[in-house]
Amino acid sequence: MIELKTPISEEIIRSLKVGDEVLVTGRMFTGRDAVHKYLHEGGQLPAGVDFKGGVLYHCGPVIIKDDQGQWKCVAAGPTTSIREEPYQWQVIRDFGLRGVIGKGGMGERTLAACKEYGCVYLHAIGGAAQVLAECIKRVPNVHFMEKFGAPEAIWEFETVQFPAVVTMDANGNSLHKEVFAASQAELAKYL
Amino acid sequence: MNRLFESLLELIRRTSTVIPDDVHRAILASLEQEKKGTIAANAMQIIDQNIALARNKSQPICQDTGSIIFYVEAPASLDQIAFEEQAREAVKTATKKGYLRQNSVDSITGKNDGTNLGPGSPTVHFHQHRSPEISVRLVLKGGGCENVGAQYSLPNEKLKANRDLDGCRKAILDAVLQAQGKGCGPGILGVCIGGDRATGYEHSKQQLLRSLDDQNPNPELATLEKDIVETANKLGIGPMGFGGKTTLLGTKIGVLNRLPASYFVSVSYMCWAYRRQGMVLDAEGAVQKWLY
Repeated sequence: MIELKTPISEEIIRSLKVGDEVLVTGRMFTGRDAVHKYLHEGGQLPAGVDFKGGVLYHCGPVIIKDDQGQWKCVAAGPTTSIREEPYQWQVIRDFGLRGVIGKGGMGERTLAACKEYGCVYLHAIGGAAQVLAECIKRVPNVHFMEKFGAPEAIWEFETVQFPAVVTMDANGNSLHKEVFAASQAELAKYL
Repeated sequence: MNRLFESLLELIRRTSTVIPDDVHRAILASLEQEKKGTIAANAMQIIDQNIALARNKSQPICQDTGSIIFYVEAPASLDQIAFEEQAREAVKTATKKGYLRQNSVDSITGKNDGTNLGPGSPTVHFHQHRSPEISVRLVLKGGGCENVGAQYSLPNEKLKANRDLDGCRKAILDAVLQAQGKGCGPGILGVCIGGDRATGYEHSKQQLLRSLDDQNPNPELATLEKDIVETANKLGIGPMGFGGKTTLLGTKIGVLNRLPASYFVSVSYMCWAYRRQGMVLDAEGAVQKWLY
């Protein structure tokens, strides 16, 4: 297990390779379909949100307000990342992301952006909303709640040892590409 | 507070937070299969921990609490309008309590009013029968797995799939290949052979109401179901698409008649977080027994 603390340096990111299991600690932001489309169309991040050196989590959490009026994360697994493929490369380039967390992997443009700008794709366990919510110790803030609704808002998470696997590294390797090619070749044997 | 409302709320809570026993057994078996220390085995371990945590904390197994689909079987005397009103109230309350995410979005304006109520949400399928029994089943199906569902129109030249069971097999296995880990595998397939584009998908979803341990009464389909699972598990896609031995936990295939001109194979993919539960109600709406 490799411990990563946000903000993460380019050097550390470039040393990671496909198959490495990591634990992410520190500030993390959520952003999914609406946020990506908004940024792609030239939208600006709200005040107080800075992705530089940071990690963006493709996640639409279940969050409720507790009795003290504090946000409490009830469930927070990853959403399918491939929907952000048209936009992700640009968000990596323009906002200085070092990591993207999601599930299912992403395509060629994101892989190329990871290599060019120094970023990795971290695969969290899809559906494991409780294990992952346990790693989110605090939810200090939310942005675009009115504009995009709760699942699509930008939530700020304080995380401790959030588990994920590097499935696309900053050296052009993708586990998703490998597994697709191998499984396609294997399937041909049984048809 | 009336009995029916309470029962429906409890059905939603259980469905969202407790994995059915048949599915849990299949997940534990697949955890055994994966080679210790691999990322696939570690993924299955996290999945197993997640199942326990969700149950103990009474919180959603997955944050995407999905499309809310009720299947009701009842005698003709059931007031369907009153039932649906109670179902909607239960969904609203379950959302406030955090058993369901604020998950329903106006497709044109993009607005999410946070209630989970709107056209198509929840969906309630009523089926009348002669027995006095009222049974209510609920499936919560997340968007990630819904997005990798697929419908094939045979013949399909690219897949060399003709209008026969071998053609169906090729189409179903192609759906598994294309889905990779994106539907949160290991997954479960509900398949319909035949029907039209709407009824085919609908019937494929209804296959997901079957227990994983059941036996298809049609021997040819029983063989095909088994073959799909065995073949898929040789492909090395594995949990989350990380590579590994378990790609599918099960496949259930149903059939509808078709038009001479049409031959559809509809595949609904269910994630490992297979949220389905059901209950039998008495005349007052209290739970008599749980179905899974």
